[in-house]
Amino acid sequence: MLTNVTINGKTIAVPAGSTILAACQQADIKVPTLCHHPDQQVKAACRVCMVEVEGHRILQPACSYPVHPGMVIHTATPAVREARRTILELMLASHPADCLQCPRNLKCELQQLASEMNVRETPFPKALRELREDQSTVSIKRTPAKCVNCRRCVHACLTTQGIGLLYTAARGRSTVVQTAADAPLSETPCVLCGQCLQACPVGAITEVDDTDKVWDALADLTKHVVVQVAPAIRVALGEEFGGESGSIVTGKLVAALRLLGFDRVFDTDFTADLTILEEGHELLERVTHGGTLPMITSCSPGWVKFAEHNYPNQLAHLSSCKSPQQMFGTLAKTYYAEKSGLLPSSVFVVSIMPCTAKKYEAARPEMASSGYRDVDVVLTTRELARMLKQAGIDWASITADEFDAPLGISTGAGVIFGATGGVMEAALRTVYEVVSGQELGVVDFMEVRGMTGVKEAAVQMGDLVVRVGVAHGLANARQLMEQVASGSSPYHFIEIMCCPGGCIGGGGQPIPTTHAVREKRIRSIYNADQAMVLRKSHQNPAVAELYEEFLKRPLGHKSHSLLHTEYVPREAR
Amino acid sequence: MKYYRAHVLICSGSNCMIKGCRNIRHTLEQELVHHGLQWEVKVVDTGCLGLCEQGPSLIVYPEGVMYGRLATGDIREIVTEHLLKGRLVHRLMQQPTSPTGEVAPLSLTPFFQKQKRIVLKNCGLIDPERLEDYVQTGGYTALATVLDTMTPERVITELKESGLRGRGGAGFSTGKKWELTRAARGEPKYLICNADEGEPGTFKDRLILEGDPHLIIEGMAIGGYATGATQGLVYIRGEYELSIRRMERAIRQARENGLLGKNILGSTYSFDIEVCAGAGAYVCGEETALIESIEGNRGEPRFKPPYPAEKGLWGKPTSVNNVETLANVPAIMEKGAPWYRSLGTPNSPGTKVFTLTGNVVNSGLIEVPMGITLREVIYEIGGGIPNGRQFKMAQTGGTSGGCLAAVHLDIPMDYDSLQSHGSSLGSGALLVMDDSHCIVDLTRCFLKFFVHESCGQCTPCREGTPALYELVDKISRGEASEVALALINRLSRTLQNSSLCALGQTAPVPVLSALRHFWPEIEAHFGGRCPANKCVMGKAVGKSAN
Repeated sequence: MLTNVTINGKTIAVPAGSTILAACQQADIKVPTLCHHPDQQVKAACRVCMVEVEGHRILQPACSYPVHPGMVIHTATPAVREARRTILELMLASHPADCLQCPRNLKCELQQLASEMNVRETPFPKALRELREDQSTVSIKRTPAKCVNCRRCVHACLTTQGIGLLYTAARGRSTVVQTAADAPLSETPCVLCGQCLQACPVGAITEVDDTDKVWDALADLTKHVVVQVAPAIRVALGEEFGGESGSIVTGKLVAALRLLGFDRVFDTDFTADLTILEEGHELLERVTHGGTLPMITSCSPGWVKFAEHNYPNQLAHLSSCKSPQQMFGTLAKTYYAEKSGLLPSSVFVVSIMPCTAKKYEAARPEMASSGYRDVDVVLTTRELARMLKQAGIDWASITADEFDAPLGISTGAGVIFGATGGVMEAALRTVYEVVSGQELGVVDFMEVRGMTGVKEAAVQMGDLVVRVGVAHGLANARQLMEQVASGSSPYHFIEIMCCPGGCIGGGGQPIPTTHAVREKRIRSIYNADQAMVLRKSHQNPAVAELYEEFLKRPLGHKSHSLLHTEYVPREAR
Repeated sequence: MKYYRAHVLICSGSNCMIKGCRNIRHTLEQELVHHGLQWEVKVVDTGCLGLCEQGPSLIVYPEGVMYGRLATGDIREIVTEHLLKGRLVHRLMQQPTSPTGEVAPLSLTPFFQKQKRIVLKNCGLIDPERLEDYVQTGGYTALATVLDTMTPERVITELKESGLRGRGGAGFSTGKKWELTRAARGEPKYLICNADEGEPGTFKDRLILEGDPHLIIEGMAIGGYATGATQGLVYIRGEYELSIRRMERAIRQARENGLLGKNILGSTYSFDIEVCAGAGAYVCGEETALIESIEGNRGEPRFKPPYPAEKGLWGKPTSVNNVETLANVPAIMEKGAPWYRSLGTPNSPGTKVFTLTGNVVNSGLIEVPMGITLREVIYEIGGGIPNGRQFKMAQTGGTSGGCLAAVHLDIPMDYDSLQSHGSSLGSGALLVMDDSHCIVDLTRCFLKFFVHESCGQCTPCREGTPALYELVDKISRGEASEVALALINRLSRTLQNSSLCALGQTAPVPVLSALRHFWPEIEAHFGGRCPANKCVMGKAVGKSAN
């Protein structure tokens, strides 16, 4: 049903029950917002989107107020401009004016709003809050003094991720978002997914910047610096340079990394293929020998930490496989070092990840099976973009290049790891052929693709019907885990990705990462898969060579000591 | 039934408790036993009679003599003289006697003469802890009549015709609110009695709950019937320990006697009530913040629409009504809308309970017909300004109300005329200030309250109330120029226009009314002079708002 409303003199028909904001968007009239987030529930807290509705005594927030038939709305009257300006001036009075030092400089919604509203200074006395920074983790830094109380992070943590460790404390001007008793993040069950910082409009929550460590390594002539690139980077990095959301930039990415000075540019997709072989065989082993089922994927470090905190008694369900990032690190300092005649101690491994939790994963004490820390530094997509800009690399003009062999050779199965359902689909492509002994004709498993929170499929493989479940976003993961914990899970195999949409929606990806952006990146991931000649992990010739020369067989002795790991029960609160 | 020669009614409201009425009762009982009068004289704890200034107090019946400002040492004299020998103790009496020695009835004393007590009719006269006392005064007949003879729709129509408006501050038609709740889709429905009374200087709801809890239960039971609500909740301010206790006891009594629970009074109507204690935030008196609080969340208002009538407690249709509003309902049902309309003014029918505080002789609790003038309240009922000082201003409606000056003494006290003078009826607080006070200093204090009580959810209120406080503070220190006025006005408009709830929307009201009615005094501060000699010039008073 449609409702006629008049906005700034223009009458349009909008769906009944729309908010004024939605109506304005439909009419291509921009209303500024701050606490509003397209994927979150309405908060109506910042009051930046106030508009005038004829017949109303006061202004109304466009984000929450529903339209009614014949409503007459004005979005830029003197009263509206005055209110918006005053509200922004009040915000700026309590916000540190250190934009130059802020990681969100030029990418800050508050800065953008001030610029659009033509607010350059505030007539109100500065009222900064003296609040402690939280630098307790290797992934995420919180600077509550910059918090504008929009509560987008609160929603991300509670509703998207089902964790809810950030909430509003105190009242009046002292109001701030914090953890319970203001504990440092390291002492909470925070999984370091970074969905809060994805949601933050300002610089109150940011990733820990590790770019200097990489600059130092690149400048160190005694180091052989290799870089691995996660699947999700190639469909997102372009956004940092003004590209369309989800544009595929694999070749430029490789070329740019080479220009930065990395000795070898490798692909995490290689170890993604390897993961499928190890994990696929682990699944078969569990199915045929009565192991713990369902088996659950373990490549998402935020998810793993979530399981350790929230389901410490169910950790036997997690695949013992390390994540592709960690398999890569171990192999770079063993297999690759050996093969290239390098001292493992001289190999320096850098990962480019869509993820803040990967920084934490690389720092886990057990992640040193090579005898050294397997992955030395993890950079997010955003940090890599900063390095490229700092190095003066002209993104527009560089020509595409190819990954190095052997750890840069991959299949389409490795690429789709970046999207929700991708690990499952990759596993099914391989497990099907191993179990049935037949070639899989159509390799696309559409049931496990897409943004639906929980997906499932049943696949006939010879005599066996394999039931699989997929969840992304930890609130959705909880649904499947409650079944697992109660013993009622109907699945053999479950894929869980910590972030909505999978890795392409990770906390290390370009900001903004909204559902609309996620969908575009997912589309590109499957296009990249489609474009590959090889689309099944077990067809990867470099992986086959790795087994022949080094690992011998999946789940073998060497695999076990280098590629598999254990989990640690942790406290829930 | 046992008959007594005399009854002694001791006010046991919170205000008198603070002043030691427990000790008074204890001493009285001892003295009665000492003189062997315990079988002839009955001592009754009652709710507040309203003369809080005179507390602790007691009334001896059948003579109807009120003794006030009592100390335990006075009790022996009352017992030996009055109760034993039948001689009045003139030095403790609060009402005059005629030359022939007759005691003027309390109702004819200036304090009571202009009052019209509907809501407070039992306060100070019955034992609030006894259901029998309430029933003896005609209690629960309204509920019985409603269940017997009226449809829910008829109850709503009657209430709409009575013109009863919400007594919590907003003044919305109660009948309309009930109608919306009844019409809304969703089960179960809830009826919430808002007894969070957080407005400084307001204590009417507390004394109603303490003095006549069954009246609220009856009003709520009628409300449940009319709205279709099956569950009632009374959200009582956590500090109101006595209100909570008396309400809980009354609910138990009502349940035991078939006045609450399944099939009330043998009808098909079922309704029950639970008490919820608040946790201390002013903003939880706002109906949606109150609902959040009941749900176990941080007490913060929700954006509206949707209104509670549509989506309230647990997302279900909910009517939130103030204590005093509900207390009016039984009388309206019993005596009809035309009777109610015969009181008060056309747009504000009925009576209003005020808490009279500040520089006034008879501070306390009063109930007057709407439309009475400020002058009548202050000078006749209130007994005028003490210590030979002059009236300076009155703030109606609580901290978010406006400041009225001497020129407003003759305006009628009702929703509309107060609003037209930049103030409001609000929660019924009436703060009287004499000429020793400074308007700038007072405004600063009012704003400090909002700075402290802003929940911090929306930007205008969170950041704007301290900013406004700082601007006024600067004026009080003589450090501001008239340039600040433009900013004060702009900030005030933003608070009023853009805040999420009434707390932020009304926070600038005291400032704006001060600017409107007390301009010369404010202007003097720009010249570095405080005419009342209250503000400390050039010195940082309360530098931090927090």
